[in-house]
Amino acid sequence: MAAPAGDDERATTARGGAADATRRIGLALFWVYVACYLAFMVLVLLFPESLSLRPFGGVNLAIAAGMGLIGGALVLAIVYMAACRAVEGGQSRG
Amino acid sequence: MLYETSPAAVAIFAAFVLGVIGLSFYLGRKAQSAQGYYAAHGEIHWFVNGIAFAGDYLSAASFLGICGMIAFHGYDGFLYSIGFLAGWIVALFVIAEPIKALGRFTFADALDARFNSRGIKLAVAISTLVVSIFYLIPQMVGAGDLIVPLLGLPHAAGVILVGVAVTMIVVTAGMVSTTWVQFIKGSLLVFFCGILTALILDRGLVVNAGRCADAVPVPQVRTVTPDGRVLVDGAAQTNKHDLRPVGTIAALPARYAGKTSTGPLRPLEYLAALEDSTIVTWSAKKHVDEAGTHTTYSPVERRGADLLKPGGYFKGLTSGRLADRLDFASLMLALFCGTASLPHILIRYYTVKDAAAARKSTVVGIAAIGAFYVLTLYLGLGAMTSGALDPTSTNMAAPLLAKSFSTALFAVISAIAFTTVLGTVSGLIMAGSGAVAHDLVENVLRIPMTDHEKVRCGKIAAVGLGIVAMALGILFRSFNVSFLVGWAFNIAASANLPALVMLLFWPRTTKQGIIAAVTVGMLSSLAWILLSADTFEKVYGWSRDASVVPFSQPGLVTIPLGFLVLVVVSLLTPPRGARP
Repeated sequence: MAAPAGDDERATTARGGAADATRRIGLALFWVYVACYLAFMVLVLLFPESLSLRPFGGVNLAIAAGMGLIGGALVLAIVYMAACRAVEGGQSRG
Repeated sequence: MLYETSPAAVAIFAAFVLGVIGLSFYLGRKAQSAQGYYAAHGEIHWFVNGIAFAGDYLSAASFLGICGMIAFHGYDGFLYSIGFLAGWIVALFVIAEPIKALGRFTFADALDARFNSRGIKLAVAISTLVVSIFYLIPQMVGAGDLIVPLLGLPHAAGVILVGVAVTMIVVTAGMVSTTWVQFIKGSLLVFFCGILTALILDRGLVVNAGRCADAVPVPQVRTVTPDGRVLVDGAAQTNKHDLRPVGTIAALPARYAGKTSTGPLRPLEYLAALEDSTIVTWSAKKHVDEAGTHTTYSPVERRGADLLKPGGYFKGLTSGRLADRLDFASLMLALFCGTASLPHILIRYYTVKDAAAARKSTVVGIAAIGAFYVLTLYLGLGAMTSGALDPTSTNMAAPLLAKSFSTALFAVISAIAFTTVLGTVSGLIMAGSGAVAHDLVENVLRIPMTDHEKVRCGKIAAVGLGIVAMALGILFRSFNVSFLVGWAFNIAASANLPALVMLLFWPRTTKQGIIAAVTVGMLSSLAWILLSADTFEKVYGWSRDASVVPFSQPGLVTIPLGFLVLVVVSLLTPPRGARP
């Protein structure tokens, strides 16, 4: 027996709502990363000597920051995937 | 430098390359429709696509160029790694899922999804071709550089070899074989770079690696006479009399006093020990007289701490000149914005089944690419201190580092570097082939074609692009490949990103706005590059001071210009759906 037309409409609306929610999450995480990237660029451009400091067990700030930006990208990506799964999972249960 | 070929190295290399091409022919039987040729039927699993992203993206610029830049100039090569990886954040959070919903085969499909405009298709197809060609040049240069030490053939032979191999891959099965070539290449690249890094850490830091611990480096002179002969320190260059390999440690940190080697080190220990060491780097000075062109390579002792901070390559960071800082900022902006604007990356989103798969594959790609870029720091620093560098070629640092461990590893790494080029070049030729056959011939010129004819047209375009790529690779052979790729990123970010982002986020975007943004972004960035100090010096052979633009990387100006043009033109033209 075919599903009622109203069910299709609700499913479409729910999918659209989930897409909007995941888009907002993505943009929020994007701006977090942009802030970190900009902060690093400000240090490189305006305070390059500060990157020679070695606060992390012998490794200087230049390397630590670079590794942090690379690793941070992956962390944010995993956070994003988990958040999207939660949103889309909630949509399908609802 | 001259290189001796090894039969074992040639055999391993041939096995790799033939294996990859054989796989391509096997998979080619499945992809005969346009949907199969351009988008692999949309059936690629997200994990495979994610690793294929790495295989597509990690080009000769990343592997050979960044390692070479770090080996010769220190930390600044790692800034390219950071910028290249950061661009994937734009791809994941802004582009990946929406673009999957928009297009079918090509980047032009995505931008034109709501307008059905021949103007958009034309502008974007041309932009795709320009970006693809600029990106192809460094790949072909890298291929030529690899073939010289491995097979003892001239640079042009390597360029032609990769051109023919890639054209065969793309012509046989299009996106299906391209995807699997990139998957294999991405996996091998990350895995073997991990192996090489482990060997570097196990070796630790060694004083005067490759020679006697108390050997003193002395200057070397390479002369090219007017009649084309090559002399080294005044005598003819032969296999027995050649430039000595360079790149050594002069002194270890004080805590290793009395020792000539640190022994195995953990990852952070390695970086800390290098920072406290004294390293022999090499400067190159050229002068020309009636006897020929003389390049003098002189040893320069430097503290590791000075090499592991910004300013080794981007001298402007410490010069205090505003133009130099703007140039650097412009480059980093282009790297950040360019990844998500590269047509050969964007078309990979059409090979998976839906937006969720597009998202997951991007995350897998970020993991693989991020891991690789962390390894490039160790590869570059390991090469810097390996005693195996060729002072005449920054692009050979990674393979020669492998050679300092064993000939077999050299062959494997060279083969992987070669398949690295194959993977990226095949992606670029696919993007260009789609731009010509699908966008220009089918949609702009509106020449009716059956599905079979569309595939044939794509294959003919691929052959044509392969020939162009070979010619350019021979013409630009002396350039560092990372530098060339920076240009491609600038043009892609200027031409494509404003249109893509505004289409996704601003409903008032019109087709005229998109056409204007793509056209102005592409032309302005191209013009800026052609008028820049770097091009004046390295391409035309003119004085840098004659350049008419204040800095060489255009992104800081041309990316905002693209956004501005799109907004202004869109506001001046009727919205989509309105009557003119």
